[in-house]
Amino acid sequence: MSNRLVNILVPVISVILGLIVGAIVMLVSGYDPVAGYAALWNGIFGDVYTIGETIRQITPYILAGLAVAFAFRTGLFNIGVEGQLIVGWFAAAYVGVAFDFPKYIHLPLALIAAAGAGALWGFIPGLLKARFKVHEVIVTIMMNYIALHTTNALIKTFSDGGDNTGPINPSASLRSEFLENMTDFSRLHYGILIALAMVFVMWLILEKTTRGFELKAVGLNHNASEYSGMNVNKNIILAMVISGAFAGLGGAMEALGTFEYASVKGGFTGIGFDGIAVALLGANTPLGVIFGAALFGSLKYGALNMPNEAGIPTEIVSIVIAIIIFFVASGYVIRLFVERFSKKKEAK
Amino acid sequence: MEHVIEMLNIRKEFGNFVANDNITLQLKQGEIHALLGENGAGKSTLMNVLFGLYQPEGGEIRVRGQEVKITDPNVANNLGIGMVHQHFMLVEDFSVTENIILGSEPTSVGMISVKTAAKKVQELSELYGLDVDPYAKIEDISVGMQQRVEILKTLYRGAEILIFDEPTASLTPQEITELIQIMRRLIEEGKSIILITHKLKEIMDVSDRVTVIRKGQGIGTVVTAETNPNELASLMVGRQVEFKTVKGAANPTTDVLDVKDLVVTDYRGIEKVRGLNLNVRRGEIVGIAGIDGNGQSELIEAITGLRKVKSGQVFINGQDITGKRPRKITESGVGHIPQDRHKHGLVLDFPIGHNIALQTYYTGPISKNGFMNYSTISKKANEIIQKYDVRTQGDHEPARALSGGNQQKAIIGREIDRDPDLLIAALPTRGLDVGAIEFIHQRLIEQRDKGKAVLLISFELDEVMNVSDRIAVIYDGQIVDTLDPLQTNEQELGLLMAGQTKKGAMTNQAEGEGSSHV
Repeated sequence: MSNRLVNILVPVISVILGLIVGAIVMLVSGYDPVAGYAALWNGIFGDVYTIGETIRQITPYILAGLAVAFAFRTGLFNIGVEGQLIVGWFAAAYVGVAFDFPKYIHLPLALIAAAGAGALWGFIPGLLKARFKVHEVIVTIMMNYIALHTTNALIKTFSDGGDNTGPINPSASLRSEFLENMTDFSRLHYGILIALAMVFVMWLILEKTTRGFELKAVGLNHNASEYSGMNVNKNIILAMVISGAFAGLGGAMEALGTFEYASVKGGFTGIGFDGIAVALLGANTPLGVIFGAALFGSLKYGALNMPNEAGIPTEIVSIVIAIIIFFVASGYVIRLFVERFSKKKEAK
Repeated sequence: MEHVIEMLNIRKEFGNFVANDNITLQLKQGEIHALLGENGAGKSTLMNVLFGLYQPEGGEIRVRGQEVKITDPNVANNLGIGMVHQHFMLVEDFSVTENIILGSEPTSVGMISVKTAAKKVQELSELYGLDVDPYAKIEDISVGMQQRVEILKTLYRGAEILIFDEPTASLTPQEITELIQIMRRLIEEGKSIILITHKLKEIMDVSDRVTVIRKGQGIGTVVTAETNPNELASLMVGRQVEFKTVKGAANPTTDVLDVKDLVVTDYRGIEKVRGLNLNVRRGEIVGIAGIDGNGQSELIEAITGLRKVKSGQVFINGQDITGKRPRKITESGVGHIPQDRHKHGLVLDFPIGHNIALQTYYTGPISKNGFMNYSTISKKANEIIQKYDVRTQGDHEPARALSGGNQQKAIIGREIDRDPDLLIAALPTRGLDVGAIEFIHQRLIEQRDKGKAVLLISFELDEVMNVSDRIAVIYDGQIVDTLDPLQTNEQELGLLMAGQTKKGAMTNQAEGEGSSHV
């Protein structure tokens, strides 16, 4: 069997298997899987509105996935994307609410603030790793909690005890009348363009720039990098800063696009953690992240329709979605089976 | 049944690349059969076929006359074939016995019975004179001892045929002698051995017959007693090989490297280089002779900026570079072939082409305005691959996929190509075959003849004596003496390296000679 055929077959089989097991779960629980999947399909592609909403949902996943993938490629495990995203969300919302500039200044400023806040949240674990060899996983996990509770406290302070910042000024908004009209007034905003631009930026940095060459080298072998005269510490910090900036922009998507405010959160958004899965699904490549994010975002959003249209409780829906993603992620196992199967056939 | 193993006309392809082409190897019961070939000639591929890690595209394998299909290592184990790998596969935190039983743990009522296993290990160890403590922890025992644990592992699983993959690569000379005794003992007990190596001396010492392969082709099998190292070398390389490096006299001029009262500590703060003085001039090769661990690594790392200098100074062309960053030092004209090519020399997961650019990636024409020009890298890399005979499937192949010798040639190409005033070569030929060694020595001498300074660090006395124009003996962090290679001998060097003063060495030598006359 040709390599190309295997490459196409593996994801297809993975998804089908995931759907079958998901169907079994629904059947066993006493629900109609056909109705369930029809509802899922309609929830993703049903009409232009849902398509718009699905793309909107995908947007922050792309940026969270990029953040994780970028760190991975430079030898770092950034578990702190969640926290970096939360501070980015808050920073963008704050700039959006507190200032009033013309759009061409205000919007970029809010985006930069979000990227900067995320970068700062990445800089701290990067610095600790570079200077004191503190493992970034521990620091980034803790930074997540600090981010969550600090932003909550700041929101309360700024809103005099309220639970959100209030709406941002329209001059900082990513909302797009054009995209809204096209998608039957979904909340689809210009953020998707920024996310796709960042996909390009990540590719450009890693594959084209001299800095990217260094970042990758340091990630793969810091001894050889030091031998060849690279500044290992600087590169570790920079990798975390860039990763954090991507995550911060992910937060800006929510602050300036979807919600247009920041509110006190009872818990994590989950987008940052899902970013880990998105990056792994996409094999840590920029293009792969788009596909990983598309899968995650559309399943997550489409699933919301399953309780409404098919009457399946959200708990079962969550299980079904998790199973599908699980099978896609286990592509490696399926590849093994496909290859073994084709080998046996050849042997005969 | 004369042959225990027959591999007949084996062919193994990787894509378009033929790694083994029509190779035949027949192992007799109770013999030590050497498999000789250059780095990358296809020795490991052939053995991996025998061990069931690769499936051959052609040919057949017979074990004791029966044709067999070895589909995975378990099949090989069941057929009584055991492999002693070059890179040991041991769990550091486990005891000897725990490592040996790993994967086939004997249990009674669901509990591992380490004691029973340890007893069996003890018995095996005594039978073959291996002298291994079944309860010792792997991290506490020497490399030689770890290798014996690997041997025990195969014996414990009932191996009758043992494959040794480059077994002496990481052993000290004394450990090598012990290993040879162990191999003989194994034969006495009825085992058969395939010895993969490119060291001619070992083959002459220990083997009964030799099968030679060259660039994937089976060249033939000869009886060791009827051949000599010269013939083997030319069979292996395909041309005559010079064992004695040919070079003209040196014309040293001005100092390039000048090390003054250098003190360097290791990571525990213990002084490993203690007030060392050394100079290397243009047009000469200075060889540092010494036993591993006498401060050689720390000295090189201090010169190249990889390690902090505690006190003292290092000058390159009269310029003080003490404590400068590695890049500054590299740019002031230093090339460095590092001791550990996997740790410092290469980014193994990078393509070999990127690795060849590892010292120049940030300079023009490769890097312009912060962007890389990868086609320039590719062009440059292919030049060096050609010039230094790096055997690879192309500059996009990951460095990891190249054999050790070819990795080393790529590093040497990278360093020499920049034409540094001072070339530091640390163990440049470790683990390489005679053809590659000859090639590398010639490159070093070439640099010398171009008026560059070369500092060679080696644990092999032959190498130091052959290549150097001046030998500096290092002992306990100091250069204890500097000798002319033409006016010294291994004995004198050996004594100096062991810490005898020159005067003491002379008397000892005289005594030695005296006693031999009696």
